[in-house]
This record gives sequence, C-alpha cells and structure tokens, in this order.
Amino acid sequence: MPKRWRSFETVAVSGNVAPVSVTIVRREWTISSNIAHIEPLVSEVVSLCLEAGLSPRACRLNIPVAFTEALSNAIVCGNNEDERRSVTAKFALDAELLTLEVTDDGDGFDASTVNFSPEDGDWLVREDGRGLFLMRSLMDRVESQRPTKGRRGHTVRLVLKRA
Amino acid sequence: MPFQIETAGDVVVVAVIGQLVVGNRQEFKQSVLDEVERGARRILVDFSETGYVDSSGLGALVSLNKRLREVGGELRLAALNEDMRTLFELTRLDTLFRLYASRAEALAQF
Repeated sequence: MPKRWRSFETVAVSGNVAPVSVTIVRREWTISSNIAHIEPLVSEVVSLCLEAGLSPRACRLNIPVAFTEALSNAIVCGNNEDERRSVTAKFALDAELLTLEVTDDGDGFDASTVNFSPEDGDWLVREDGRGLFLMRSLMDRVESQRPTKGRRGHTVRLVLKRA
Repeated sequence: MPFQIETAGDVVVVAVIGQLVVGNRQEFKQSVLDEVERGARRILVDFSETGYVDSSGLGALVSLNKRLREVGGELRLAALNEDMRTLFELTRLDTLFRLYASRAEALAQF
C-alpha cells in the first residue's frame, strides 16, 4: 500500500484588494514500481480534484490520462517495473493551479528531445510513443527535470490551470 | 473482469469495462489475439462502459488493428464517450478506425 502524507496550508494573501486566504492542499505518496498501483492512485487524485471543484471534464479526461501517463513512464521506463524501486507522486492544489509531480528512481531522459507527433509518418502504426504527446496536449505545462550529476531521480511536473 | 467478450453472428464484440490503460492493456490485447487465433476476423470493441484510455490502450488498439489487417480482418470501435472522442481526435486515430455511435449501429454496418 502506498505511504501517504496529507497537509493543508492556509496562506494569507494581501494586495490592493481586501486580503483573502487561499487554501493549498498538498499530498504525497510513495509507491513501489508496480503498474497495479497506478489506477488506485489516479482515482484518489481525481477524487481530490472533484472535491476541490475542478471541472468535471478535467477530472474525467485531462487529469486521469496525463497523470496515468506520468506514472506509467516512471514505473515502466524509469524504474523498469523493478518493485524494489519507488516512485513518488506529489499533489498540490491552490486557487489557480493544480500541480502533479512524479519522480522515479531512474536516470531520466531529456524530454525536450522526445517529440513524437501525429505529423510523423509512422504515427498511425506505432504502438508506443504517444504518452508525452498526450501529457502536453492535456496539460497547460509539462516540465521535465533530470537528476543532477551523480544522483538519480527524474521528475515530470504536470501543471493545469483551474478553469 | 475488465472485458466482456460476446459474439454477434461472425462479429466478436469486446466490451471494455472501466478503463483501458497500462494496467490491463496486455490482458485486453491477448484476449483479442486469442479470438483472432481462433479464427475471428471481425472484431468490434464496445466502449459504452469505458471511462478513458491512455496511450498504452491506444497503442494496443493500433497493434490489434495491424494484426487484423494482416489476416484480412478488421477492427471497429463503437460508443466512445465525448472524452474518448477527444483523445482519438487529438491523436488522429479517428482517421485510422471506423468509429460508430453505438454497438447496434456498428453491427448493422459490419
């Protein structure tokens, strides 16, 4: 079973308008590299998003598909489905943004060099290679952070603006 | 069981219950390949009880489509919800498959 942490922060924001408080919801999970862990974790994140009032469409499509892709890449490509290696997922939601971070234990890759697209000649016949395309299509921002020299751990960050 | 397999005449209908994603795509693919091995040439995948599909699920469909064509058969898809339609349009896989609004419509035209 994944380990979990849950935290809430209330941050006072002031400016030219009346001060408001913004609640930031944060969660973190660590799971072993088994694809069976993906669906329950995606389901939990979708529940959090629905509870927080994100759009039903984002909760049915953008979030579950993009998060599934990130977890799948981490478990299958990053950690080679080696259950001794772990994947960490972080969830942060504030008044403007949903941020999901997935970190594997692998050496990572340069996501900017992976640009499969429907323009490619073999796009309609290849079995794989659509994961990053889907993440980029369904999220407002996708960032990839490779480990620093001598360390392991590749992070993909998915950012979605609240409608 | 995430899939239900039935026959309607010479069409094998595979209904996907829940999601078609990395966690079950191999089971799905093997179930359909087993039907092809047993002689099925017309396969209809019914998505009326499916939430979403990820890139692994899409890849499994592409691979099965290729296999069916190799043996002179065809794979058709029915009852995609609005979100799945969006995924197929984004990935342009709507140009690869024949998509039908319902199982009944697909069967009537197979």
